[in-house]
Amino acid sequence: MHTQFTAEELAFREEVRAFYKEAHTPELVERFSNPATMKDAIIEWQRKLYDQGWVAPNWPKEYGGTGWTDTQRFIFDSERSAAGARGVIPFGLSMVAPVIYTFGNEEQKARFLPRILKSEDWWCQGYSEPGAGSDLAALKTRAVRDGDDYIVNGAKIWTTYAQYADWIFCLVRTSTEGKRQEGISFLLIDMTTPGIKVNPIHSIDNHHSLNEVEFNDVRVPVANRIGEENKGWTYAKALLAHERTGIAGVADSKRNLANLKKRAAAEVNGGRSLLSDPLFQKRLSDVEIELMALEFTELRVLATVASGGAPGAESSMLKIKGTEIQQALQELNMDLAAYYQGVLPTDLNAEQLGHEFGSDARQSFMYGRAATIYGGSNEVQKNIIAKAVLGL
Amino acid sequence: MNFDFTEEQNMLRDSVARFVQDDYNWDKRCAIAASEEGMSAENWQTFAELGWLSVPFAEEYGGFGGSAIDVMVLMEQFGKGLVLEPYLATVILFGGLLQKVGSEEQRNTLIPQIIEGGLQGAYAYLERQSRHELADVTTTASAGANGHVLNGEKVVVFNGMGADQFIVSARTSGEQNDEAGVSLFLVAAADVQRAGYQMMDGQRVANIVLKDAPGVLLGEEGAALPVMEDIAQDANLALCAEALGIMEKLNATTLEYTKTREQFGVTIGSFQALQHRMVETFMAYEQTRSMVYRALCALTNGEEDATTAMHALKVLVNRNGRLIFGEAIQMHGGMGLTDELDVGHYAKRLMMINTSFGDGDYHQTQFNERVYN
Repeated sequence: MHTQFTAEELAFREEVRAFYKEAHTPELVERFSNPATMKDAIIEWQRKLYDQGWVAPNWPKEYGGTGWTDTQRFIFDSERSAAGARGVIPFGLSMVAPVIYTFGNEEQKARFLPRILKSEDWWCQGYSEPGAGSDLAALKTRAVRDGDDYIVNGAKIWTTYAQYADWIFCLVRTSTEGKRQEGISFLLIDMTTPGIKVNPIHSIDNHHSLNEVEFNDVRVPVANRIGEENKGWTYAKALLAHERTGIAGVADSKRNLANLKKRAAAEVNGGRSLLSDPLFQKRLSDVEIELMALEFTELRVLATVASGGAPGAESSMLKIKGTEIQQALQELNMDLAAYYQGVLPTDLNAEQLGHEFGSDARQSFMYGRAATIYGGSNEVQKNIIAKAVLGL
Repeated sequence: MNFDFTEEQNMLRDSVARFVQDDYNWDKRCAIAASEEGMSAENWQTFAELGWLSVPFAEEYGGFGGSAIDVMVLMEQFGKGLVLEPYLATVILFGGLLQKVGSEEQRNTLIPQIIEGGLQGAYAYLERQSRHELADVTTTASAGANGHVLNGEKVVVFNGMGADQFIVSARTSGEQNDEAGVSLFLVAAADVQRAGYQMMDGQRVANIVLKDAPGVLLGEEGAALPVMEDIAQDANLALCAEALGIMEKLNATTLEYTKTREQFGVTIGSFQALQHRMVETFMAYEQTRSMVYRALCALTNGEEDATTAMHALKVLVNRNGRLIFGEAIQMHGGMGLTDELDVGHYAKRLMMINTSFGDGDYHQTQFNERVYN
């Protein structure tokens, strides 16, 4: 049992650190935060990672992955977080690509994977529906065969960044017979196809990232189906496990915790800093201790995967504990901002306002409520653990 | 032992409840929130006509002569409708301070104007560094030939853009955190520079800059801190009553949702795991109501130390508020994240109530010092 880095790994860490320092410019960060420039800035950032050969650390090397060890991937992510750098948008690179290279045919791999690598296509995810949230298998969007096409009708909801997307990967119902899970297929749909309509959903953080996507007689070539008809649920389940390993967010939480401590040291109440306030200390250390444990829980899961195991129900635990910690940190950040925690975006600059992070604290706290809901709600994750691990 | 309200209190509650139900529906509330002023002058006039602006003022100034219980009854209903009109800023804070320490002339002139709905006020006491510490005051007031002049800055002033007059805390002697040496002044809006912005609960606030702004002393010079503590307590009681209305509304909305939303072929309210959580939020609400009553009894009858009860109340409102809105959003799933649904807006107001006039940690520290030290 050891967690020490080798000399090569330390050299790798230096290389990654230097890259982030140079490539993740303040100018990019500025553009990320403005809805008008965000999309282009993200694409530009992902292309920098692509040019460096580092955009897809989780892919097999033959498709453009890095061929890194798990330790290297861990270092890469830790350094990203330490630099305060943005991760990639997951829908293409982390979510649909593994399904395509695992279950897609050669033609599909050749057609989609290079464009995903180069961020030439922006992907979004079409899973949830108004009547199918936690109970995803209840989905009703129909795909009916018509010659070489499917005709798709229905609606997807909570679709992040559908307004930017070139493609959407969807779970659709191709059969109503037998078990609900056995009548679902996995389709890749071009967002420019006639009959698709994107309706914005404004969220409680006063942003627009979520959407409803309507499908009215949308023609999708059968060639865009991944794998076999009615086997989509199997492919999606494999993908969900991928979604959950990233969701622990340990590296980001460590960085957020470090920032919280800095802010807590600077915030003074009646002559005493918040960092030395016993109640605040207690709340902070409660979270820090959970996070210390979670970091090793994640390493244990990674070690299992490295020795040939698949991330299964353990990833549900990473999701639950990881999102609980994220939310606890966001809540502490709100309390640090005190009466500035509610500030909406304003024309006043930080100096005029008298505060630096109130509006950011509000935004991440409010949107942070989503983390225990998306990717399979924490309640569903507990059901998975109860069933798959505890045998209940 | 009797926890019943008086006939008059029941009438007041019904009158406010009717207004919220008939004249303050969700669409109307959202339109007011989106408007330039963030409040409705027409509604304010209605409040005046219905006598609500007179509730906490003594009869000799034309008031209703109401108690803390009357204020609680009114604020609880305001909470259910997320009423945006600046009742707290103008009536409870500005008017309350005038009634506590204003001269006879100041009271006789200004309180009737508030009651008629013709005067908007604000209480400017926060500074960018002060957090929850009332004595942390760096704004200064110095006496000159023509009275005092004030210099400094106040931030997050509720109703700061709508106010015609401010009551401003400023230091007339002593150092930054000294308890002695803080005074209150009446300052005309025309004599300050203000910059407005909006909070997530729809409130309009302002930062105000005072540059040799003329101020009229309110109360005793250098002895304002106990008054500021007193008004903070009044504000917290009003805010906690509002929070109670919000909690009731959130629990009712969420309970209804769990009874109608179907997943896995059944209503989600049929799951025992969720039932137990709904029971927790129900008990949290009932415990909060009990603590509101306890604080009211302490304040109006002097049965126990009212300040201790008030600290306890704010701690509980903070804790139970977070539990209740957290569960409300979580149980609504994706719907709970939408701006369209009212749940998120109630959550934001609870957060703002928590952080106004001392947050949960602040009041728990005060409670600990009072009870254990």
